[in-house]
Amino acid sequence: MSTANTQTSAPGRSDLRWLWISLMVFSVAALAANALLRKDGMAHRYVEVIEFERVEAKAVVESSANAAGTETAQTEWVDPTDARLANGTLRLVEGVAPIKWKLHKDVASTTEANETIARRAAGDMSAPVVELSMWNSLGVWAAALLTLGIFSFLYRDNPYYKVSESLLIGSSAAYWMINGFWTTIVPNLFGKLAPDVVRAYAIPSLPVSEHPGLDAGLAFVPLILGFMLIWRLAPKGGWIAVWPLAFIIGTTAGLKLVSSIESDLMAQAVATMKPMVVFAAPSTSAVASSAVSAVNFWATVGSLVGVVGVLSVLTYFFFSVEHKGAVGKAARLGVWFLMITFGSAFGLTVMGRITLLAQRLEFLFNSWLNIN
Amino acid sequence: MTTTSQTNMNKQSPGRLREFLAGIGNVDRRWIFLSMALAVGVPILLKLRFPEVPGPMAKATFDAVESIPEGSRVLLSFDYDPASAGELQPMASALVYHCASRHHRIVFMALWPLGKQMADKTIKDVLLEFHPEYKYGVDYVQLGYKAGNEGVIKLMTTNIPGQYPTDADGAALSKMPIVADAADLRAFKFIGSLSAGYPGAKEWVQYAKGNTPDAFKVVGGSTGVQVSQLLPYYPKQMEGLLVAIKGAAEYEMLVTSKYPAAQHADRLEEGRRRMGPQLVAHLLMIGLIVLGNVAMIAGRGMKGGAR
Repeated sequence: MSTANTQTSAPGRSDLRWLWISLMVFSVAALAANALLRKDGMAHRYVEVIEFERVEAKAVVESSANAAGTETAQTEWVDPTDARLANGTLRLVEGVAPIKWKLHKDVASTTEANETIARRAAGDMSAPVVELSMWNSLGVWAAALLTLGIFSFLYRDNPYYKVSESLLIGSSAAYWMINGFWTTIVPNLFGKLAPDVVRAYAIPSLPVSEHPGLDAGLAFVPLILGFMLIWRLAPKGGWIAVWPLAFIIGTTAGLKLVSSIESDLMAQAVATMKPMVVFAAPSTSAVASSAVSAVNFWATVGSLVGVVGVLSVLTYFFFSVEHKGAVGKAARLGVWFLMITFGSAFGLTVMGRITLLAQRLEFLFNSWLNIN
Repeated sequence: MTTTSQTNMNKQSPGRLREFLAGIGNVDRRWIFLSMALAVGVPILLKLRFPEVPGPMAKATFDAVESIPEGSRVLLSFDYDPASAGELQPMASALVYHCASRHHRIVFMALWPLGKQMADKTIKDVLLEFHPEYKYGVDYVQLGYKAGNEGVIKLMTTNIPGQYPTDADGAALSKMPIVADAADLRAFKFIGSLSAGYPGAKEWVQYAKGNTPDAFKVVGGSTGVQVSQLLPYYPKQMEGLLVAIKGAAEYEMLVTSKYPAAQHADRLEEGRRRMGPQLVAHLLMIGLIVLGNVAMIAGRGMKGGAR
């Protein structure tokens, strides 16, 4: 029985290894064919190239002494086609070269890009300039290969998966650290201790404080607490880190206490106190005249289920009385309500996970394979 | 002889069937992964779609945006990152499109570090694509990410200029008409949080709505994993709630029915597009659960089977 069971129940362990290998070889061949044989190919990302040019100009003020007008000292960078240059209210500053730059805007689809390129090739100069973006295309390849690397864990743990996972975790951690440094430590700590330096080298728009001395003094408090917090890495004096931790926990508890009591205890208790029998709004005279027909049946059922559910679940968590007799039955009913709740939560979790898979497959099909 | 053989077969066949059913429970899990990939992938390739019937929570969200006066100042907090974009980006796109279609002035912010990038993408792909007339600083502004979790919300209830002296690019907010006179959160008629966890919609209810219950409407868009924590707040403390991709699809349906998009309509159909794979994948899941239970029952008492 054991042998038969193994043969029928584990078809993919060893004897079907060749099937998996064949599937992979076929997939790679299909990808290569898709990349080389199709006109649109794979992972082709196009950008619209928009060129900008600005010239430096001075405003010209009419003057009785000079018929050509007098130039003001203030200059501005304007488009060479600016109407004010043509009508003489602005004049180019001599000896200053114009500045030029390009902006690359993503084109939504390969089809749209090919159409635009064809229009321009046919002589339609009103069509925007569209070109293949090597960097964006490489980005799609990198994202696709890393996605496949994560998926490869479904077959078995392997180095390809480990590299992809490490890259994801490493880049996420690095992003968080850099982001935290530039959005918190630089403006909130260095910006208070040395605002002029931060303004000169890091954040030109750092707001000017009305009390710079007081701000600098207060900034020493988190600075010292921060040093105390990382003291736990030192071989001795780990107790020093306990004090800033106590401060953090105390502050968080203080912040959460009031809001939790207001929003999660009082407001939730009020929301639970619903009328047992729900009456429909008397929108018509017929309904208003008949008390029986004014009862909203399903809303009433909902209220009753809510009341029974809350009481039975609370009974289940009430351990001061032994769960026997009526209390035991109520507690048992509470377990059923809990199970239905957990089942519902599990269903929602499944829905979320399927959506994530669908999103990644959409990316592979649309952006990488370009087949959808 | 024949009679004996048939009798033996009759005796053996229930055993073989039971063995086969019990064997299903030991099937290589990679077959299940492959069938799930097909269940999700094939409907995507076939562009399988089903009509959506909007539920009460999606309708309530739609009504919350509709009920505030046209041109109101609204705050949209992007409290998620790319890991949850599959569920929340469709909601974000539809919500921004809806607000812009009502000509609301939109203030974008983020409590998650990568939320700012999510908001930037939505501004570029949806807001400016469908409403190019929107002017920065007048009709919309990007406050960006601010560290501090619920502490940010707490401070915004009393002092927005103190918390946000500049926008995400460092420009002074005091010179931008959209927020120049916004002293605290009561300056907004509507707050929407697209939330993937902590901090998110729960904190907006606790610290913003809890502080000033009648000043503004709060609406949440949540991932499927997190929504169980938010359901108790609806409808008393949260006027609307979009539940996972289903909520996004229903809301998209409501928004595009009233405000149809002239072009690039596919950007407002992400939720509905992902509901086709949902149906097939759920059918597969149900089938697998049934098969798993059958295998367990069949394997009871067998060597290596369930007890």
